[in-house]
Amino acid sequence: MAVNQPQPTSLSMTSESTAAAQTATPKMRASNVNFYYGKFHALHDVNLEFATNKVTALIGPSGCGKSTFLRNLNRINETLRDTRLEGEIALDGENILDMDVTEIRRRIGMVFQRPNPFPKSIFENITYGPKINGRLKGQSAADLVEKSLRRAALWEEVKDKLHESAYALSGGQQQRLCIARALAVDPEVLLLDEPCSALDPIATAKIEDLLVTIKDQCTIVIVTHNMQQAARVADTTGFFLLGKLIEHNKTDVIFKNPSKKETEDYITGRFG
Amino acid sequence: MSLRNARRNTINNVMLTLCGLCAFLTVSTLFLILGYLVYNGGKSVNWAFFTRLPLPPGQDGGGLANAIAGSAMIVGMAAAIGLPVGFLAGVYLAEFGGKTISFWIRYTADLLNGIPSIVIGILAWGLIVVSMHRFSAIAGSIALSLMLIPITARSTEHFLLEVPRAMREGALALGATRWRTLATVIVPAARKGIMTGMILGVARISGETAPLLFTALNNQFWSNGPMDQTASLPVMIYTLALSPYDDWHRQAWAAGLVLLGLVLLATITARMIVSRGASLPR
Repeated sequence: MAVNQPQPTSLSMTSESTAAAQTATPKMRASNVNFYYGKFHALHDVNLEFATNKVTALIGPSGCGKSTFLRNLNRINETLRDTRLEGEIALDGENILDMDVTEIRRRIGMVFQRPNPFPKSIFENITYGPKINGRLKGQSAADLVEKSLRRAALWEEVKDKLHESAYALSGGQQQRLCIARALAVDPEVLLLDEPCSALDPIATAKIEDLLVTIKDQCTIVIVTHNMQQAARVADTTGFFLLGKLIEHNKTDVIFKNPSKKETEDYITGRFG
Repeated sequence: MSLRNARRNTINNVMLTLCGLCAFLTVSTLFLILGYLVYNGGKSVNWAFFTRLPLPPGQDGGGLANAIAGSAMIVGMAAAIGLPVGFLAGVYLAEFGGKTISFWIRYTADLLNGIPSIVIGILAWGLIVVSMHRFSAIAGSIALSLMLIPITARSTEHFLLEVPRAMREGALALGATRWRTLATVIVPAARKGIMTGMILGVARISGETAPLLFTALNNQFWSNGPMDQTASLPVMIYTLALSPYDDWHRQAWAAGLVLLGLVLLATITARMIVSRGASLPR
């Protein structure tokens, strides 16, 4: 993944494998992905790789397809009516479209734009995922809850009220609860769809900090319309426009030395 | 200019007053019915009413215990059949049906809702009573459940659809199957509304008379179980009111009061369940 020159479109693994290159197989790879909402062609030939244990940000103006693309990575778009996905999305080399969807979603977790805790207690929210995946056996539920809440930097704030309703928490706390809930099933990949857009700057900072601490345990993909956030947390960034991936590279290359004009126009604020 | 204003204001005031009057009329009707029943039947509602069997005309001290127990049995069995079927049908409509299938099921359910209750009674009579060669409580229960199923299905569907999509996706994104998501997240989130719909549906069928007229028929004594003809409050009211005896008329008023009381109790309970805090985020 160590690239010396800015590449025009996607990072290709067939480019030099120097001694500094990371693991050979990217954690996830999307190949020739096309996606349709009914007749509307939302994603055009997207090719993108996500390296293991790195944070990738997807940026772009509203309606450019970045959220749509993210939602295909754990096949949650299949729950919508009249959608079609073409192409291949591979997890550790295996096409996720051929795998069992509930297994995929256990391995690829998702945090949504608005916090969506269940109408249950904080404790039950966290144990929900492991319970339905049969992973609670042989493991103390209380330990799992504490571990997940610590990873999400929420333990200290809620340790005395684990059995209260999740709705008693503030927006930022609820979102961290959703992150803890997603982490409780030990996912290999974590997808975050604009997780901080409904939160204040302090809550946002807490979440950005925790993303940096958990990336060595899972691969992270985050959609954001906040370019400063991408610059702060992401190792690589992909720029989407009108359903196409325009450019994908290391974050500081994208922001300081983009090779495409559309990218430059976007990050300098000429549109979007 | 001011003449036009005066005219507009007059129309405004007249229409608002009319609306207020109609609202008052609606509310006062309930109190009128209640008051009339209490006046005519209040005296006859006593302990004997709830515990004793009907006595021949001219003898005081009879009650309608068999009708109360009979209603409870018939409505109970109807609920045992109609509520699960209606609930699962509502779940299907809300979660699984494709566009065309859901449309036709909904349409059929609404048509079924509109079938006159006496027609449902005749249907149950022809299918069950005639083939069994006997009147029975179970025939009445089946007739009532045919009325309960579409009500329950539509109200279950309505409350399931009110659960935000985000909650569904949150559960699915953790690796839950669709059924697991439904059973452990969505139905619990919608349970208040679903329960309310069920209570109101049961309250409604407990007052239906026509389906029971030629299925469960009536019984002056305790019924011998679901296979026997059974007394019920609505049919008793009908029988007693048409009789030439004053005693029995008083019993009919009392039965009406008790029936209305039960329905009101169910409705108020349903409202209290709903208003006891929201279970969904606003």
